Amino acid sequence: MMASRNLGAAIAACGLMIVLPGFLSPFWLTQIAIQSLCLGMVAASLSFLMRYSGQLSLAQTSVAGVASYALAYLGPNDVNLGPGWSMVAAVPAAFVISILYSGAVGTLAARTRGVNCLMITLAIGMSVFYLARQNYSIFGGFRGISIGHPQLLGLAFNDGIPFYYLCLAIVIVSCVLVAYLEETPLGLALRAVGSSPERTEADGYSVGVLKVVAAMLAGALASCGGILLLWYHARISPGAIGVSSIIGTLIVAVLGGIQRPINAFLGAFLYVLLDNYAIDLAGSERFQTLVGSIFLAVVVLSPNGVAGLLVWPRDGTKALARVKHCRCAARKERIGGPSSIGQ
Amino acid sequence: MNQLALVFLNGITLASLYFLVATGFSLTFGLMRTVNLAHGSFYLLGGYVGYTVSEQTGSWVLGALGGGAAAALGSLLLHQLLLARYDGQTLRQALASIAVSTIVADQMLAAWGAETYQIEPPPQLDWTIVLSPIGGYSFLRVSTLLLAVVAAILLWLLLVRTRLGMMIRAGVDDSSIVRALGVPILSVFAFAAALAGAMAGIAGVVCGSVLSLAPGDDTHFLLMSLIVVIIGGVGRLSGAAIGALLVGLLEQFGLAYLPTYSVVLTFALMVAVLAIRPDGIRGSRGVA
Repeated sequence: MMASRNLGAAIAACGLMIVLPGFLSPFWLTQIAIQSLCLGMVAASLSFLMRYSGQLSLAQTSVAGVASYALAYLGPNDVNLGPGWSMVAAVPAAFVISILYSGAVGTLAARTRGVNCLMITLAIGMSVFYLARQNYSIFGGFRGISIGHPQLLGLAFNDGIPFYYLCLAIVIVSCVLVAYLEETPLGLALRAVGSSPERTEADGYSVGVLKVVAAMLAGALASCGGILLLWYHARISPGAIGVSSIIGTLIVAVLGGIQRPINAFLGAFLYVLLDNYAIDLAGSERFQTLVGSIFLAVVVLSPNGVAGLLVWPRDGTKALARVKHCRCAARKERIGGPSSIGQ
Repeated sequence: MNQLALVFLNGITLASLYFLVATGFSLTFGLMRTVNLAHGSFYLLGGYVGYTVSEQTGSWVLGALGGGAAAALGSLLLHQLLLARYDGQTLRQALASIAVSTIVADQMLAAWGAETYQIEPPPQLDWTIVLSPIGGYSFLRVSTLLLAVVAAILLWLLLVRTRLGMMIRAGVDDSSIVRALGVPILSVFAFAAALAGAMAGIAGVVCGSVLSLAPGDDTHFLLMSLIVVIIGGVGRLSGAAIGALLVGLLEQFGLAYLPTYSVVLTFALMVAVLAIRPDGIRGSRGVA
């Protein structure tokens, strides 16, 4: 029953997203909707890793950045860098490069969990940022690489309704694939790694390999986001992979609720709304303070993010029932005295 | 002056600063198992406050004390108000500290603007020392190394010779057992947090006098602290010293000889250490 309800909700959400451009002003379509979809993809890859390998990786922004940089460098760009391949060749090549990079990061982080993983992936992500900023021959240095208006078959597509549908199609296909993965033996094994690597290891699975596989799958999601973001902004610069972007991706994932990749799109929507309306809201330029405070509030108040707040009543009653149950058990144990300890 | 020697000396100066910042980060990480990602912010906060105080009073020493005190207070407040509350939930602590670093960085930008600051160094130290084979070198930079060495010796004495240091070392090894033995571990945590903040803050003032201070330095020093800890091992004084030395030298040699790829050197070192010794060069057990 749960599955059919989820399916119904998913189809309703897809339907809503498909008819959405009919109701949106151009500003909302480009500034809010498209940007939410792109940022959501990158943040979804972070939640994906959290769910399927139990690692909080802060390198996902740099994976998206590597995809953007690879495409900008290999494909047509405005700054005469790279071989200038056509889009048809450059897009798959960019994918391969960023997924390999993601796998390499996953290999380095595979032996770690929790804060150690967070520390290593943050160090890797920040190093890529400093490299991109200081290197001119590949990364275009401080100014990055500008690609002009990307064209396919002579048509610019990084604008308006066609680009929205491109992003939406990629998001929907990714979500369907992730939902499908959940049902496969590989998906189950990855879920097991995410919830308890030790027990999965004891069951004979090779946790290290599974973590690298999860990293590469997450890398594919982040690369989609990175490529879409490159087309959206028509350029990539180090700022897009700097610390504030790394933290931004984390905030998007945590705002939405980090336990499910799809929540990231809710988080991205809220983040983009804030980004656009914070100046009216805070009456100043202190956007980062506002975002940081909201992030802090979410971390302090609701570990499950905004999506956690939405489902709170149901989980709350469950948790309450569990507390009652524990209390009853404890009372019984006290009454039973020392004899019941062995049970 | 011989370029090789100059690069080497600059690397040592930088390593001294990294050591001062990263040691506190490493010790609190080893002790409380929490990554304080706002550590770089306290470095920059200390530097800014030190600048303002020394401008107002005209005294570098007061500036250094003020910067150290401000950063210690910030670090202590963060620990007592936020991190101590989520004791044991390490990821939540890390996320909370990231949020605080975002807020503090933005507030510092509001207060001190986007300019680059340089603190007037104490005149007694601001002269050129003649090192016979290589020529003249700023004594200010040499004294940075001296400061790091003195700090290392004092820390070592604190950790090895005092009762408090014993508690800290025991806490790094196994804080739950130490707690069970009745040691007031929460006070030890608070002391360590304040000490880490103070060292970062003083390093900020020193760096502001020897080099400069600018927005973005907080994340740079955070990254270097992370790499020093990854390379040297968590919670170890000697690991922090080795890590800082390697990172500082590599960064300067990279900037001199491979200017557009210098980060790759540090990165490659980190990858090599992770591949060969995942717990860092000095392992994960014990301090000092």
